[in-house]
Amino acid sequence: MALAQPVIDQPMEWEVAEKQVGLWSDAWQRFRRNRLALVGAVIVVFLVVVALAAPLLVQLGIIQPPNKQHVEFIESGIGQNGYLFGSDELGRDTLSRLMFGAQVSLSVGILVQLIILPIGLAIGLIAGYFGGRVDNMLMRFTDIWYAFPDLLFVLVVVSVFQQYTSGNVLFELLMIFGAIALVNWVNLARLVRGQVLSIKEKEFIEAARSSGTPPSKLILKHLLPNSLGPIIVTLTFGIPQAIFLEAVLSFIGVGIQPPQSTWGQMVNSGYENINANPSSVVFPALAIGFTLLAFSFIGDGLRDALDPRMRR
Amino acid sequence: MAQTLLQVEDLRTQFFTSRGVVKAVDGVTFHIDSGETLGVVGESGCGKTISALSILRLVPDPGRIVSGRILFRGNDVTKMDSEAIREFRGNDVSMIFQDPMTSLNPVTKIGPQIEEAMTAHNRFTPEQAKVRVIELLKRVRVPAAESRVNDYPHQFSGGMRQRAMIAMGLANEPALLIADEPTTALDVTVQAQIISLMKQLNRELGTAMMLITHNMALVASLCQRVIVMYAGRIVEEGPVEQIFKSPQHPYTWSLLRSVPRVDEARKDRLVSIRGLPPDLSNPPPGCKFHPRCPFVIDHCKTEEPSLSEVGPNQVARCWVLMRNVTDEALQVARTASISQEAVRKLRAISTDASSPA
Amino acid sequence: MQAAQPRQAAIPTADPVLLRVENVYKHFPIAGFGGAAVRAVDGVDLEVRRGEALGLVGESGCGKSTLARLITALLPVTAGKITFDGQDITTLRGAKLRRIRRKMQMIFQDPFASLDPRMTVGDIIAEPLDNFSIGSGRERGQRVAELLRLVGLNPNFTNRYPHEFSGGQRQRIGIARALAVNPSFIVCDEAVSALDVSIAAQIINLLQDLQREFNLTYLFIAHDLAVVRHLSDRIAVMYLGKVVETAGRNDIYDRPQHPYTKALLSSIPVPDPEVERDRAPITLKGEIPSPVNPPSGCRFHTRCPIARAPGICSEEEPVLEPHGARDQVAACHFAGQF
Repeated sequence: MALAQPVIDQPMEWEVAEKQVGLWSDAWQRFRRNRLALVGAVIVVFLVVVALAAPLLVQLGIIQPPNKQHVEFIESGIGQNGYLFGSDELGRDTLSRLMFGAQVSLSVGILVQLIILPIGLAIGLIAGYFGGRVDNMLMRFTDIWYAFPDLLFVLVVVSVFQQYTSGNVLFELLMIFGAIALVNWVNLARLVRGQVLSIKEKEFIEAARSSGTPPSKLILKHLLPNSLGPIIVTLTFGIPQAIFLEAVLSFIGVGIQPPQSTWGQMVNSGYENINANPSSVVFPALAIGFTLLAFSFIGDGLRDALDPRMRR
Repeated sequence: MAQTLLQVEDLRTQFFTSRGVVKAVDGVTFHIDSGETLGVVGESGCGKTISALSILRLVPDPGRIVSGRILFRGNDVTKMDSEAIREFRGNDVSMIFQDPMTSLNPVTKIGPQIEEAMTAHNRFTPEQAKVRVIELLKRVRVPAAESRVNDYPHQFSGGMRQRAMIAMGLANEPALLIADEPTTALDVTVQAQIISLMKQLNRELGTAMMLITHNMALVASLCQRVIVMYAGRIVEEGPVEQIFKSPQHPYTWSLLRSVPRVDEARKDRLVSIRGLPPDLSNPPPGCKFHPRCPFVIDHCKTEEPSLSEVGPNQVARCWVLMRNVTDEALQVARTASISQEAVRKLRAISTDASSPA
Repeated sequence: MQAAQPRQAAIPTADPVLLRVENVYKHFPIAGFGGAAVRAVDGVDLEVRRGEALGLVGESGCGKSTLARLITALLPVTAGKITFDGQDITTLRGAKLRRIRRKMQMIFQDPFASLDPRMTVGDIIAEPLDNFSIGSGRERGQRVAELLRLVGLNPNFTNRYPHEFSGGQRQRIGIARALAVNPSFIVCDEAVSALDVSIAAQIINLLQDLQREFNLTYLFIAHDLAVVRHLSDRIAVMYLGKVVETAGRNDIYDRPQHPYTKALLSSIPVPDPEVERDRAPITLKGEIPSPVNPPSGCRFHTRCPIARAPGICSEEEPVLEPHGARDQVAACHFAGQF
């Protein structure tokens, strides 16, 4: 029996599986399969479109400017007098105020996270990596901060800074962003620290150390990228938290001041007239509710999609 | 007289995944006689564990037994209703797994866990079970058995946990014990204790055993017959002495020669099978081993061999067979080495400070 | 760009011992229990000679993995001295310590955990080069490609991620990374334990070839004595934080001087049914004691088949002394007497 020359030299290790899905596309595919998450994503996209389109719709005359008061058309019902969603007790276009309010809510939600991110990351990474006294100090500081009642703190900040910002919407927004961020960074810091602690002991970190990698590179190139998943999820869940807090602030009257409309304000002014003019309170309340749900669904979807245990 | 206890006929178990159908067990036929110890050898993914799980009908989702018969004392396990199968599991046939820490309930004491195995089948009353548990633990040589029954699994060392698992497996005096890598997670001196325990139990109780492992030495120590699996099929089967002395399938041969032996002074090279196990959802044509086989011929690439007799009670699935391989081919099979070209280039690329210490 | 020099042409007065471990201790304090500690490494003396492969074996709790991490300075010692290439590394910190790492690298056990899942294979292998600023970008790229080819992997796969490779392939990547900076000493911590038998054989062959080709010195840590015997020139056996015997690879098998070594050897099954039928392994009584509270005197006395306890074995701790063959030491009051 003729035996073929054994082919030894070109090792079969040269072959590797077909280029598999990259790490992010794998997560994206899993996300896509989650129906609720997709619904949430659609709602958020819709909201963004609405917020961006608001000024355009005013120009086109489909809705009234949000602060224009038509005394003669106060408390119109849905579809009455050309108001698609009715008008409130001052004759302002509810739909218009909803759309402009979306701008505030979305920017609060997202921008607050952008402020939280560097604070939480810095504290979490440093505490987690260095451990010992540094960790102790930072965590005690975090605990103390956490113990402070959120709302009280924000009220304090607002009452102190309100005098400087009155009238200027931008400053007002910044003050609110800052206040909300300052009460909410603790979660992210703790999460990042937890991630770092669990990753720190893994073999690839030991391997990097034994390759001579200095601590700064270890943190930035190894620990941070491997914590991204839970960080993204936390930030996503932080968005509805911030939106809700802002709504509460507006509701009690210390948030963004009129004439800029926010959903919280709408609920505040509308709920007194809930029997006479339900649309002016129901719509903003629904808007808040759906937005919170949407972001929560997205957050859940992201959490599942990014869970490393489910990968491979 | 040897009496056939278990007869598996053309078993096929497949997994229906989003990436395709994985033929984990692809036409496996074997038997175990009462009192006999059969070794099932192969590497990860060859189908040995799934075969065992199929026998107990414990194949996890998305897997299913697709066809074949599993006859235990003449009764087809694949056709048993749920009550019969529950009677069967843990009673006629029981299984012990590799990692006792995950097979034992960490929040229940050892004694009650083993008792439960007994009372579940109504073979013993709770009072009888309590007494028997201590006997069992003594039999598997757990010291101070009377007090140890009240310990939790984490209070047992690895070796003791494995003994407790064996006790649980034997609690209902099964005719067949399936052991899946029972010693892999253990230290070598503890492994020796467990091996000697298993030999003793086999002698004393006459329990048949199906030993699943990748460790050839374990098979040499404990088994009378062995089957070698690759890519869901049996590629060689026979009595242990014959298989070890003259393996006929190149895979068996490679496995035996890729393991260093502690009683041999250093030789030059181990035989290493190049490449990776095949993708079972898209296996290669012809003989499933051909892409990795050092002795492949053209015929192997197109047509899959069937099991042919190569010795008394020994069968192998190969067109070539080791006895037909020339000495030079054997030599070459041992040789592959690292790429000299790469070594040369590396020396050339070495930049300044990277000279050796 | 100069070619690597073969080691034999180096300074003639170079110390033949590359790594010296002197009386090293590593205790892990247990929180809340006063002075109690896990005495993982409890007074170890060891030396690794240039160009040799020293195997280090032992069962769980013997401290070999901890010792590996002390030697590679991934953990600080509690006491003792470790001298590498003439320098006491126990006193080094920060950048000075990192410089040593250029000559000393490690290969890890778990191919699935030792590579950063978020980095490409090319970046992983290039990381040591980057840390020590070796070569320009292009040179690094070339070196990475050749390293991949050297360990038997396709050099075109530098952009792939670890999860796209099998266990054996990942281990090769880890080896390529260890070789990147052209070290003289490599610690292999259970480098093949997590691999299938035939894959392990590939890696063992590769490690042998690499040692020959690049004049490497190895410290090969494993629990599998058969693998260790195959790869090593000398073997050290550890038990409960101490080295109990060191000898050449044939001496340790033919003439073990320590009863633990003998028991360990006899416990290992051999893939030969005829040998196995007749073999009666020495079964040790009991289990390995806890490293928190090691037995008095000789740590092994509680399980030793020839111990005199109560007696010298339970009272006095034996030290490593020459017994048996020329280069063989054992720590036993009754060495070789069985």
